[in-house]
Amino acid sequence: MIPVCRIEDLPAGESVRLDTTPPVAVFNADGALYAVDDTCTHQDASLSEGWLEGCLVECPLHAATFDLRTGEPMCLPARRAVRTHRVSVVDGTVHVHLTEPTAVPVSVRTPATTTASAAVTSGPLATKGSAA
Amino acid sequence: MKTVTVVGASLAGLYAARELRAQGYDGRLVIIGAEPHFPYDRPPLSKDFLANKDFLANKDFLANTDLAADSDFSANKDLAANADEAAAAPLGGAAPGGANAGGAAPGGATRGGAIPGGPTPGGVTRGRPLPGQAPLDETTPDEAPLALTDPDEIAELAADWLLGVHATALDPRGRAVHLDDGRTVVTDGVVVATGASARRLPGPRLAGVHTLRTLDDARALRAELTRGPRGVVVIGGGFIGAETASTCAALGHDVTVVEAAPLPLIPQLGPEMAAFCADLHRHGGVRLLTGTGVAGLRHAAVGGTTGPERVTAVELTDGRLLPADVVVVGIGATPNSGWLTDGALADRDGVRCDGGCVTSLPQVVAVGDVARVGGVRAEHWTSATEQPRVAVRNLLAAHTVETFSALPYFWSDQYGSRIQFAGHRPADATVRIAEGSPDSGSFLALYEQAGQVRAALAVNRPRPFMKVRRRLRAQRSAEPDGTRSARAAP
Repeated sequence: MIPVCRIEDLPAGESVRLDTTPPVAVFNADGALYAVDDTCTHQDASLSEGWLEGCLVECPLHAATFDLRTGEPMCLPARRAVRTHRVSVVDGTVHVHLTEPTAVPVSVRTPATTTASAAVTSGPLATKGSAA
Repeated sequence: MKTVTVVGASLAGLYAARELRAQGYDGRLVIIGAEPHFPYDRPPLSKDFLANKDFLANKDFLANTDLAADSDFSANKDLAANADEAAAAPLGGAAPGGANAGGAAPGGATRGGAIPGGPTPGGVTRGRPLPGQAPLDETTPDEAPLALTDPDEIAELAADWLLGVHATALDPRGRAVHLDDGRTVVTDGVVVATGASARRLPGPRLAGVHTLRTLDDARALRAELTRGPRGVVVIGGGFIGAETASTCAALGHDVTVVEAAPLPLIPQLGPEMAAFCADLHRHGGVRLLTGTGVAGLRHAAVGGTTGPERVTAVELTDGRLLPADVVVVGIGATPNSGWLTDGALADRDGVRCDGGCVTSLPQVVAVGDVARVGGVRAEHWTSATEQPRVAVRNLLAAHTVETFSALPYFWSDQYGSRIQFAGHRPADATVRIAEGSPDSGSFLALYEQAGQVRAALAVNRPRPFMKVRRRLRAQRSAEPDGTRSARAAP
């Protein structure tokens, strides 16, 4: 469990990047908090810098869009999901619970439809209404 | 339509194939690729792939030349593991500088006659790869990220892939695409996605002289760069030249960039931002020589008078002589439209299309680097991914029902800076720094004309850039005809 920031420092529509390995991005999507791996699965770009709309984030480099709830890509050029991580708020502090790295090495040969294992085990914990 | 042929197994070609299926076309789909590879992404070739990031984990690699050579080429020697590729792909020896080696491996493709259609599409046949042209190896950590598709999608597309063969002619009357191995594909519709080829310097081919456009180009250049510290001269300060120079410098080579114009990238970015990019070279430890052209390349026989000729120096038009072990020629690309011998379809500046990517023949559309859409040929990754939806829609409708009016966008990674540009830059636009500062290495610049923002450039400033890009996009879609303003663009 990694403390991220105070909940009031992550207002709706904002995101923060954790310098973990690999880096993690935490989003406040209209009051619901989500955490995913920060690096786009297409090419090297930071999703925390992306465009947040509802629970979708658009990569700032090539506009691949990911569903923050599942990590699944919604459109090309991304074809692989980003890992999702559980988020909790304890005494006003946002925490990320990192999902264990998948045992299977990541490969482009893995079809996008079967890489949702992280999403199955780690639905983000919504904390609706907690943002200012 | 019973058969549609996509000529070009490229980014644009793959997106066209996807669009055909997504838009409900369920007939026979043939994809012809001049390279032996399934579609791959080119932008990383001058960046991560060339830097061979996995390889850099071994910090002593430049000193340890044996290791360098071994590791680099083990990737090329192992064929892709999947059986369908291995069965049809004879492997030439992946010799260093393989692109210059002569001879051809025996081909596995059936020759002669028309290619039969039939109810069982989804096959792959390959032509004769040149030595060094092993198929894209998705089992290696450096080549896997380049793959644009995967076996599942390839199966879903249910296409006949003819890889390693060139289209040599289009016969509209016979509804046929002719191939360089003597075969013919009979087809009802054609998507031209043959891309562009790197321009070369005149004169004989020399060892040590490279272009950087294809995977095989990048493999060959990388092989040279992992053999120890080199004197590298990059001819041309455009995006390919700048990114290559940046990567070479990061690898520890001694790098000089030669640019004929007073500053690099003036046509793309304007003089102010071009000056900023020139500074990136200098801060990155790379010599930038501007305002001088290249008179020629000096060369010498390697290993006595009988060996192959290898470059030794670049001679500039101002008389200077730059010693060089490796020369990278980055002087632009020419569209691969020469095979369309019908002058009404194409000329030296690409395939002529209306604003909807449709040629003078409604059953022939063009996308990507080869396509001059509404008078504009944009060699942008984003155009190659956005044009196919419009082109395929018009192809299936048999006339132009939609025009392409996406906002131009491109990016470049060099010297640790990410440069993003969107919009059309009028020549008389003024540049205003809206956020940050060039000195800090992070800023947003707006190109304004008559009080209106026409284009934006960001350096390490992705978030505000994204907002401006969206605003420009909305502004453009509100214009009565987006393609019209595109004609005025540089």
